[in-house]
Amino acid sequence: MRAWIAFAAGLLFGLGLSLGGMTQPAVVLGFLDIFGAWDPRLVFVMAGAVLTTAVGYRLLLRRPRPLLAERFQWPVSRRIDARLVGGAALFGIGWGIAGYCPGPALASLGAGVPALLVLVACMIAGWWLAARLLPRAGGNA
Amino acid sequence: MHPYLGALCGGVLIGLAAVLLMAALGRIAGVSGIASGLVVGGASDRTWRLAFVLGLLAGPLLLWWLRGDSGIGAPQVGLPWMALAGLLVGIGTRLGGGCTSGHGVCGIARLSPRSLLATAVFMVFGIATVFVLRHLLGVGA
Repeated sequence: MRAWIAFAAGLLFGLGLSLGGMTQPAVVLGFLDIFGAWDPRLVFVMAGAVLTTAVGYRLLLRRPRPLLAERFQWPVSRRIDARLVGGAALFGIGWGIAGYCPGPALASLGAGVPALLVLVACMIAGWWLAARLLPRAGGNA
Repeated sequence: MHPYLGALCGGVLIGLAAVLLMAALGRIAGVSGIASGLVVGGASDRTWRLAFVLGLLAGPLLLWWLRGDSGIGAPQVGLPWMALAGLLVGIGTRLGGGCTSGHGVCGIARLSPRSLLATAVFMVFGIATVFVLRHLLGVGA
């Protein structure tokens, strides 16, 4: 049951990404190109996603526990450090190079484009390297 | 459908996915966190993570089935850039504890200071990278 709900959430997520244009790197790079022909679509995607999530989370805060788990795992870290900022900066550079963040990169795999397989393989290698070489106590958002 | 309306609807679907995952499993819908946990996390909770990623892959296929177009666009840069981008996205999202979904959507929806800062940083670095590559070096579109 947990797996089916997770699959459904992933399906909704992937449908939203592709409907919103986020699986088109040209659209994402167009959003980041504020000094060129700016494409504002990502703003609409973010607005729709953030507002929906904010309302839904607010309703969930009143509930004692999730339907299929022991507890809500809200992130608890408050730490603002070089790791957070440096990681976000590296991610931003990678995002700006090719126009893929992790969600759209994985969601686009179904198209079977070899260059994308390379990007995803390198992303997985990056996760492994960061966890292996620069480990830290605590979880991921 | 107008591209901006599609983007807004796509965003709402992403938000619904995030709310569903929290309501049922008590988990943040951060793609980098969920997927990297398959590679480097403990073996205990791999099933729901894998189910979510499979759903993510199926999302654009569902869109293709619904309207005859998956919404998956072509890569915009060459293979070496794709590889570098993947590596930076992997290392950066692991170090920074999240990506566009974990920090950008779920974190901002919770008004998390960490996520607000991380999102500002990866946006600025993404914009700067596109500016340097497109307008100074002439890479890509």
